[in-house]
Amino acid sequence: MKKVLVNFAHPAKSRSKVNKALLKAVTGLEGVTVNDLYANYPDFMIDIEREKQLCEAHDIIIFQHPFYWYSSPAIVKEWMDLVLEHGWAYGSNGKALTGKVILQALSTGGDGSSYQADGYNQFTLKELTFPLQATAKLCGLIWLPPFAVTGVHRGLGTEKTNEYALDYKQTITALRDTLINLEEAKQLERLNTNLNQLIQEH
Amino acid sequence: MEAFLLQFFIFLTAAAISVPIAKKLGLGSVLGYLIAGIIIGPFGASLIHDIEEIMHFTEFGVVMMLFLVGLELKPSLLWQLKTPILGFGGTQVIVTSAIITAVSLLFLPWQQALAIGLILSLSSTAIVLQTLQEKGKMKTEAGQSVFAVLLFQDLAVIPMLAIIPLLATLAVLGGDHHSSVLVDISVLPNYMQVIVTLAAIMLVLVLGKYACRPVFRAIAKTGVREIFVAAALSLVIGTSLLMMTVGLSPALGAFLAGVVLADSEFRHELESDIEPFKGLLLGIFFISIGASLNFTLISNNIALILGLTLALITIKWLVLITIGLVFRISPKERPLFAIALAQGGEFAFVLFQLTKSSGVLPIDIIEPLISAVAISMFLAPILFVLHDKMNKDDLDTQNDIEEDVIDKSDHKVILAGFGRLGTDIGRFLLSAGIKPTILDYDANNVEVLRKLGFEVYYGDATRLDLLESAGAANAEILIISFSDIVLVKHLVELTKKHYPHLKIVLNAKDRESTFEFMDLGVTDIYSATFGTALNMGESAIKQLGMDPYEVHRLKQIFRKKDAEILPELYKKRCEEDSYISLYKKHHAQLEEVMKLDNNENLAALDKAWTAKNPEL
Repeated sequence: MKKVLVNFAHPAKSRSKVNKALLKAVTGLEGVTVNDLYANYPDFMIDIEREKQLCEAHDIIIFQHPFYWYSSPAIVKEWMDLVLEHGWAYGSNGKALTGKVILQALSTGGDGSSYQADGYNQFTLKELTFPLQATAKLCGLIWLPPFAVTGVHRGLGTEKTNEYALDYKQTITALRDTLINLEEAKQLERLNTNLNQLIQEH
Repeated sequence: MEAFLLQFFIFLTAAAISVPIAKKLGLGSVLGYLIAGIIIGPFGASLIHDIEEIMHFTEFGVVMMLFLVGLELKPSLLWQLKTPILGFGGTQVIVTSAIITAVSLLFLPWQQALAIGLILSLSSTAIVLQTLQEKGKMKTEAGQSVFAVLLFQDLAVIPMLAIIPLLATLAVLGGDHHSSVLVDISVLPNYMQVIVTLAAIMLVLVLGKYACRPVFRAIAKTGVREIFVAAALSLVIGTSLLMMTVGLSPALGAFLAGVVLADSEFRHELESDIEPFKGLLLGIFFISIGASLNFTLISNNIALILGLTLALITIKWLVLITIGLVFRISPKERPLFAIALAQGGEFAFVLFQLTKSSGVLPIDIIEPLISAVAISMFLAPILFVLHDKMNKDDLDTQNDIEEDVIDKSDHKVILAGFGRLGTDIGRFLLSAGIKPTILDYDANNVEVLRKLGFEVYYGDATRLDLLESAGAANAEILIISFSDIVLVKHLVELTKKHYPHLKIVLNAKDRESTFEFMDLGVTDIYSATFGTALNMGESAIKQLGMDPYEVHRLKQIFRKKDAEILPELYKKRCEEDSYISLYKKHHAQLEEVMKLDNNENLAALDKAWTAKNPEL
């Protein structure tokens, strides 16, 4: 059984529905650690040592956050800037993250169709998350496409939200229990396009 | 009594008139005093007499000056200076003596030539240090080198006092043997004299290190200021007496006492207490030098004396320039170094007196030499002025370079008050590598904090002289951490008046005093309790279950709003009718402040991230 770290980042958690529901679905699962970045570091003074130890103690690192301006809330960038140190995360002696899996769990305002070459946002989500892909390559991490909740702008409704939450839980447990073929997953546009096909039952 | 008062009055008045004029003309105070001396002296208005006696008495100003110089020099710094002291100083005294002796040998027997060589190698500590300090050049490379040489010269006076009587070839005239008023140790056998001398130096060091501080602490606790002044003066005078008893230079003794006390918390207090006495005595000393210029003698031997003066300055200057070259003083600093020390010194008067009384030199040789020394001393401040004029052009660029190399530990912050608030401010500054000069008036507090390793000085920060010696003139920022509104206001007014360049950061205990400080033009006003109030509130709200980051943001917004509303409240207060009672005012303001923040802050948060996608 692999260990999963969820680095959660939402600056206005109390007003969020989707992210809160997703987080609730995976909180307390065996082998899953939730690390609420804004709650732990409200003044942005990230404890680098603690974060490094958390990364070292887990096999799968997930950044769960709303997709602000085609990117992340500010603290995720701060986390990358501070924690991914030379000689630890990258560089000739930086092997701490090698072989671990990294992915994002995003929620977007626009619906899925807007993230297309001819859509409102012009680029696909996979393209827009290239920076993390490049980071993963530099750090020897195995990058997976994002788990994405789209169309929040119009309101998802309780039923749809619960469905996403369940999918999220299923994805994370499957990753934890190595039920997902990573090579196959890498080819996908989004991790949760067709979950049932992706997750192989043993 | 009346005669004494009249003399005193004439001296002081002459100083009060001539020094401001000299300073205004850019000539420095020393030249002002010297000119005043000429004017009131026997060849001017002839208003004063007993000049030699006055000169002897006021020489004590030099002793006090060396005490003050010692206070500025911690033992560690003195140790750092050992190479320049021995190198520059030793070379200067030995080479200059040798050359002047060699020149004199052309005219005089070797004993007399050697005596003259030794005496003329000395420079004027009083004039040079005073002038360098006035020009703020003490901390420059040239200033430090000059100081090192002067220090060596002061030390060299001691063996000179011993050697000169041995050079006697003439019959002793007056038999005016140096004898102490207290104990005459010259009746002791030689080895005992050495032991007693060493014991006296040890006594100064040990007493200064261990006995002075408890005594000063006890006196400080009484809070009677003049007793502290009395103790400080008796320390300097006592040390000098002890040194004279064992035949050492009192200036050296006072210097040692100063060095020993340089680490103590009373450093700035002692400085500001001794300073006025030193200034006054030195001033009168300079006046008496001016007055002692014997113009009859000079005009009768004008060619000889001017020739001697010129030769003296030239030889000394050449030696100094060579030393500057050999010891690699930077080319920019070399001219100042050479010009600063190219004159005779006040010790020459003392030593020539000795040569007379012990029969080394005849009077007709001494008199022109003394005149030459006096004229060279008179020319010294003029040479400084000329040097400044010639180097004015590159002054600006030089300043720029200096600005860059000032390191953070050079005290640029004065922290007044080291109570609980001041302690935390001080710790924080130190953690940033900034070492403030800390002043506190609670002797117990100072003692404890010094044990903990803080550099704290005892003294009342609201006193102008203490501010001055704490370096207010060169500091950038004054932080006031005590909250007694009367005292703080006094300090702010004092600072605004005398050190308008100082930025003030202070603590106000309530809104009313904040407004009073705003009246005085202070902008950096903080409440000692405000930050804690917000932190405690944040902690409480967090424990009620609110998201930590939102509480944090709320706190920031609240802080910002509170700061923004202040000018409005201030304006309102100024417009309010003056007959509204303070009490009413306070409550009106309280209401205003409390109404402020109701739902606005939460709304501001809402807008920030969730405007279009409230559920994201």
